[in-house]
Amino acid sequence: MAKLKLKRHVINRDWCKGCGICVHFCPQHVLELDDQDKVFAARPQDCVCCKLCELRCPDLAIEVETEEEMIWADR
Amino acid sequence: MATKDYIRERFFPHIWCPGCGHGIIMNALLHAIEQIGLKKNDIVMVSGIGCSSRISGYLDFHTLHTIHGRALAFATGVKISRPELTLLVPMGDGDALSIGGNHFIHACRRNIDMTAIVMNNRVYGMTGGQYSPLSGYGTYATTAPYMNIDQDFDVVQLATASGATFVARSTTYHVHEMTAILKAAILHKGFSVVEVMSQCPTYFGRKNKEGSASDMMEKFRARTVPLGSKKKQEDPTLIERGIFVDKQMPEYCEEYQKIIGRAMKDK
Ligand SMILES: Cc1ncc(C[n+]2csc(CCOP(=O)(O)OP(=O)(O)O)c2C)c(N)n1
Ligand code: SF4
Ligand SMILES: [Mg+2]
Repeated sequence: MAKLKLKRHVINRDWCKGCGICVHFCPQHVLELDDQDKVFAARPQDCVCCKLCELRCPDLAIEVETEEEMIWADR
Repeated sequence: MATKDYIRERFFPHIWCPGCGHGIIMNALLHAIEQIGLKKNDIVMVSGIGCSSRISGYLDFHTLHTIHGRALAFATGVKISRPELTLLVPMGDGDALSIGGNHFIHACRRNIDMTAIVMNNRVYGMTGGQYSPLSGYGTYATTAPYMNIDQDFDVVQLATASGATFVARSTTYHVHEMTAILKAAILHKGFSVVEVMSQCPTYFGRKNKEGSASDMMEKFRARTVPLGSKKKQEDPTLIERGIFVDKQMPEYCEEYQKIIGRAMKDK
């Protein structure tokens, strides 16, 4: 079975306007705004790769880069 | 093709305010187009005037940024001459239903194959927060500081009664649903209307004390239900989402071709 594994959050700081939608709706509370009101992944290890931040971003400023991890049922 | 390949990066960051729902609609539309696998050259996007209408500048299709309320008329001209192209017509609520109201109902009636997307933030965002025919009774706007007493249109009912053959509603909170609906609307043969409830935190939000963009989206979550849900019977003020109409009727360009055929027979 293949499961999505996080590579990284690609954030375009020039496009991010700090609206906070991604921060508010992340089910895992992975994201935060920094002191310049730009988003960053504060807890990437908690990311479940649902990509809701990417899909709800009005500014196309965040992308969740993932890779497929193979999980064997007998392990 | 990745969604980023469909945009004109040189015009980014876009002009929309922080948290404006119009960007989320653009995002979902890009995903819908990418999932269908449409080529940039096969799409014509025609818009009018408004914050919403600025969308055509950001997307790398054939694009026409036309005049307020008349996008559907321009789109009709393009579609009649090049019926093989996919026509997308994003409109603001004012654009579609105040100044463009007449174009809207007649485009629905003709069933010409295109997709009208009403980016409904219930306000004139671009010109400073005037109320629109979708603001509704009891709302506030820069032109209704003591309260708006005009009742609003229901876009879904209006489009249905006017004869649109695909009619749907979603919100900027429900991004997966919105993408699926936009996909179905684009693939539908005939006139499709998709109303997307969108937030304007700058004007509608501020005037109506609805809080941040996220708060406004939370309200879309709380105040809407899927079509046919039991909750709607218990609370009729809830707004339904989903596909309300999906039917086949003679399409305008095809009927027009038949008329040309008839006229040419005697020549
Ligand atoms: C013929 C004409 N009348 C009026 C205007 C002024 N005007 C520009 S945008 C707009 C309304 C915008 O509201 P909406 O369509 O809801 O789009 P939004 O900005 O909210 O996305 C108006 C009245 C105009 N540009 N042209
Ligand atoms: S004024 Fe409203 S509709 Fe216009 S860009 Fe700002 S938030 Fe969006
Ligand atoms: Mg509007």
